[in-house]
Amino acid sequence: MKSLMTKPRIAVHKFSSCDGCQLAFLNLGEALLQLNAQVDILHFLEAGMSDAEADVDIAFVEGSLSTPDELDRIRQVRAHSRYLVTIGACATSGGLQALRNLDGNHDDWRDAIYARPEFIHTLKHVKPVAAEVKVDLELWGCPVSSAQVLAAVRALLFGVAPVDDRDRVCLECKRQQAVCVMVTQGVPCMGPVTRTGCGALCPRFGRDCYGCYGPSETAQTDTLARRFAGLGLLPDAIARRFLLINSQAPAFLQTGRVFHRSPARAQPPGDQDD
Amino acid sequence: MPTADYLPRHSLSHLFDLLQQHGYRLVGPQVIDGAILYRPLTAVDQLPSGTEQVQQPGQYRLIQTDSSRRFSWANGPQALKPLTFTPRETLWRSQLHEDGSLSFHETPEPATPTAVIGVRGCDLAALALQDQHFADDPYYRQQRDALLLIAVDCSHPADTCFCASTGDGPDAKAGHDLALTELDDGFLIRAGSERGKNLMTALPLTAASHASHQQAETQYRRASQQQRQLPTFDPAQLIHLGGHPAWDAVADACLSCGNCTSVCPSCFCFSESEVPELDGTASSHQRQWDSCFSEGHSYIHGHRFRPDTKGRYRQWLTHKFGSWVEQYGRSGCTGCGRCISWCPVGIDPLQVLAQLGDEPPTSN
Repeated sequence: MKSLMTKPRIAVHKFSSCDGCQLAFLNLGEALLQLNAQVDILHFLEAGMSDAEADVDIAFVEGSLSTPDELDRIRQVRAHSRYLVTIGACATSGGLQALRNLDGNHDDWRDAIYARPEFIHTLKHVKPVAAEVKVDLELWGCPVSSAQVLAAVRALLFGVAPVDDRDRVCLECKRQQAVCVMVTQGVPCMGPVTRTGCGALCPRFGRDCYGCYGPSETAQTDTLARRFAGLGLLPDAIARRFLLINSQAPAFLQTGRVFHRSPARAQPPGDQDD
Repeated sequence: MPTADYLPRHSLSHLFDLLQQHGYRLVGPQVIDGAILYRPLTAVDQLPSGTEQVQQPGQYRLIQTDSSRRFSWANGPQALKPLTFTPRETLWRSQLHEDGSLSFHETPEPATPTAVIGVRGCDLAALALQDQHFADDPYYRQQRDALLLIAVDCSHPADTCFCASTGDGPDAKAGHDLALTELDDGFLIRAGSERGKNLMTALPLTAASHASHQQAETQYRRASQQQRQLPTFDPAQLIHLGGHPAWDAVADACLSCGNCTSVCPSCFCFSESEVPELDGTASSHQRQWDSCFSEGHSYIHGHRFRPDTKGRYRQWLTHKFGSWVEQYGRSGCTGCGRCISWCPVGIDPLQVLAQLGDEPPTSN
């Protein structure tokens, strides 16, 4: 960690993603100036710095591996980086685009959507970054919050391991004194199995958590799925709760698969989706 | 001379005015986001009116009636705990100086004198437990000492309530400054402290009629007839029942989400962490509510002592109903029923206790 005690060099790389997690940096406001005083940002296209080949101490990676080109590029990033930190659901668990992994209809979708599918070179299966190269730290969330990113940078600057907060949303929801939407409204909230980091944002605004921070520690996903069934959700709707933004996170995938495309999916599609 | 112990309903505002004249910030029950929440208020009409509730395992619903009663419900997800044991607070700040030295400053938040209106007997009993636990905690004490407590006897316990069987309700028994019994057209009022007595002398009270006392008596009797009761068990034996199959059954049903501990008015566990400034020259040392259902709660030097839900549920129940007796002279449960209502999957700890009291089945 010694080199981090001087002025560490940072890169922010984008892969298949919506760019929203990079905004966790750009939205820092005054803190971005402070950050800039602490580190040298060598590569961050969205902020105007371009040097993808530079050797850096910390590489932040947004986005999943969705094309053959990205498989090569992530190896380059790994080779040029001392620490590789994934930011967000796409980089950490494949993100929304990994929904294509569930059906196995990659070619059909491609041909139906693109006018010239022969120009499209995508992987049939989307991968999180850790499936291809070693990842030193994963920051979950869709998007990640600025507080998460800053806490990670600060810890690395101190030369200590960043705190990995795997608590579930429910604990934070009660600290925030938000009223439980599942108990008062009977809506299927993912809070009991989802890791915090968002500050219980959705429940504080009266809606159910949809699991965008991925699985918490000891995620009792099967138990929660049974509860969703008790609240009246049909199997396909239960599957959609688990197979959304973090569909490739093992705890969500395992439970979601049990209900995915089960025989009882006779209801009109989208009826119970949010 | 008959005692002046009756406050007509239309005079409740006099109590509000009096408290505010004495410099108290008022906190009381309000209908917010489909629940009864204790929040700052200034006027009587902010209180619930005709609000009743249905509480079942895993379910909490408010019902609106035509009644003019303000306190015709049992409780909400929280009452006093967040006021004294803050969900997240900074304990101290550290500062790195140019010469390399560090300095530390405690940061207790100055407390505002606060009168809480509508406190229940179960919550007063839980507060007394927290007073024991946090006796030497300056952050707790500062908030706690600023409280004036105005209880209202519970007239409409929920189906999840069992305070009569723990001996902590439905009426306010101890720890209040004033206690009210809400009747159809007014309130019986009694003092529980010198401060309460002094306040009473400044209120427009009359002597309650015989009929009012009779109504209060009937109401108390009805409120004491609760569906749920604490089962009979030996607290000292709970910790010896680690191998009972009831733990496996409840672990299969439990989300390990910690909601029961968060809403429990006596649960006091917290975790602490550093929140450094980005430039690395200062840091806030914070504490926040934790739960024995989190992995961090049992983490010590590279080892998690309770990695699974079964161990965590067993820890909670055996502590709350068993070892708490040894620790604080009584059970940690005051019968408020919150852990039943606010459990997203509706687990009833009383059922688990009852199962533990049964002989384990010899075979499946």
